[in-house]
Amino acid sequence: MTAEQRRDANAVVRLRDVHFTVSRRPILEGVDVDIERGSVTAIMGPSGTGKTTLLRLITGQLLADRGLVEVDRRDVATMSRPELYRMRRRMGMLFQNGALLTDLSVYENVAFPLREHTNLPERLLRHVVLTKLHAVGLRGAWHLMPAELSGGMARRVALARAIVMDPELLIYDEPFVGLDPISMGMVLRLIRRLNDSLGLTSIVVSHDVREISAVADFCYLVSGGGIVASGPPARLANSEQEEVRQFMHGLPDGPVPFHYPSPDYASQLRQMPK
Amino acid sequence: MIASLAREVLVSLRTALEALGAYTLFGLRLVAETPRALLRFGLVVRQIHNAGAHSLVIIMMSGLFVGMVLGLQGFDLLERFGSEESLGTAAALGLLKELGPVVTALLFAGRAGTALASELGLMRATDQLAAMEMMAVDPVRRVVMPRFLGGTLSMPLLAAIFSLIGLFGAQLVGVQLMGVDSGQFWSQMRGAVEFGDVMEGVLKSAVFGVACSLIAVYEGYHSVPTAEGVGRATTRTVVISSVVVLLLDYMLTAVML
Repeated sequence: MTAEQRRDANAVVRLRDVHFTVSRRPILEGVDVDIERGSVTAIMGPSGTGKTTLLRLITGQLLADRGLVEVDRRDVATMSRPELYRMRRRMGMLFQNGALLTDLSVYENVAFPLREHTNLPERLLRHVVLTKLHAVGLRGAWHLMPAELSGGMARRVALARAIVMDPELLIYDEPFVGLDPISMGMVLRLIRRLNDSLGLTSIVVSHDVREISAVADFCYLVSGGGIVASGPPARLANSEQEEVRQFMHGLPDGPVPFHYPSPDYASQLRQMPK
Repeated sequence: MIASLAREVLVSLRTALEALGAYTLFGLRLVAETPRALLRFGLVVRQIHNAGAHSLVIIMMSGLFVGMVLGLQGFDLLERFGSEESLGTAAALGLLKELGPVVTALLFAGRAGTALASELGLMRATDQLAAMEMMAVDPVRRVVMPRFLGGTLSMPLLAAIFSLIGLFGAQLVGVQLMGVDSGQFWSQMRGAVEFGDVMEGVLKSAVFGVACSLIAVYEGYHSVPTAEGVGRATTRTVVISSVVVLLLDYMLTAVML
């Protein structure tokens, strides 16, 4: 069995020939992705290339125009709303800004999914919430409100909330944006540690190449609406493919242009504003 | 020229009809969700506190001043006909049937409606609603419904408080300041105001409560998730609510007279 066949057989999430368009602008064109069970998979790529769209397709927040999106061998597009919600109860998602509920304390934010979906007695619920807060190092901050948290702390509280229902699949959308190096290191370690200790499958969307390469088992590089490269981080780092080299080494010149498509510079300067 | 004008009118008409359709569908969904939402009454009570209790000061102050003006104007008018003893009746009927429900609804739209719309808009802009969806929690059921019911239930209570304080204001000016006989003021009012008059006010304020709350939650929930989008939703809430309240007031008055 080749590595590719193994990935396909062991895939929790499968995308095949996925197309997605926004206002006639193609965002994804023929994307194939396999997320292997138990792995940390990174989806990398320049800003605005459809990485978050890819996540939203997997979670059923968006539906593909064409192609197949499967979670646990079930087509997301054919799921009813209750089925979609049942699927999401087995997922956790960390949003770019944490997306904590601002009118609830840290404790109540983490307890929120439990209160909505279970009838746990208060003592047990407290035990679960404090355990999850302890896992992200914020047990002592249980009483704070979201406005009192730093960006890194908010991200970690959101992470505690994402794992409170013991999900099988954990999705991180740009988890390192705006974090200082210490918080970034903490979140990085948490991604790996939670994945291994809780037996999860993790998908991390990020453009922080060095950081995510350190914890990912497998990477996809998204650019120009498609997957331009995939493989273990080391293989991508040593790739000679021009697009991959430009992204992995942060080179300003390459297939991905610095400038947005624009008319001739001199003639535009000469033109009178309308 | 005429063709383009006609096209503009048609486009505007179509947009208005689409908006009406969207409001109706959203409203029907809220009605369908009401029994389930009432089971979690604790959430509704918190929103009654947010929409109702937090609006109390502005409602009471406005009620007092409106009542006082009504006392002054009423006295001036009735004195010309030598019937200033009827001031109590005039003030009570004016407040219970018209000013109470209408002014309360306008103030409610400005205070609680904008708070509801901006809160929901910000929740969308900061991905809180998307996060709920991802936690398999329906935001309409968990966030919109309690706010809609809280606003709807608060309005008649606020209108009643407005009318009560307004009557006190009218009495303050009419009796204490202008010298209308206190006994005449209250006894004429009790004799002339009927139960149907009170119910007319209650019905109006209930209808305005549904309309203002629906407009606020709809605009907030469907706002564009940007600072500008939230601002626009808040403005639209006040403008649409005010026009709809005045329109409904005319329609209800015409039906109930």
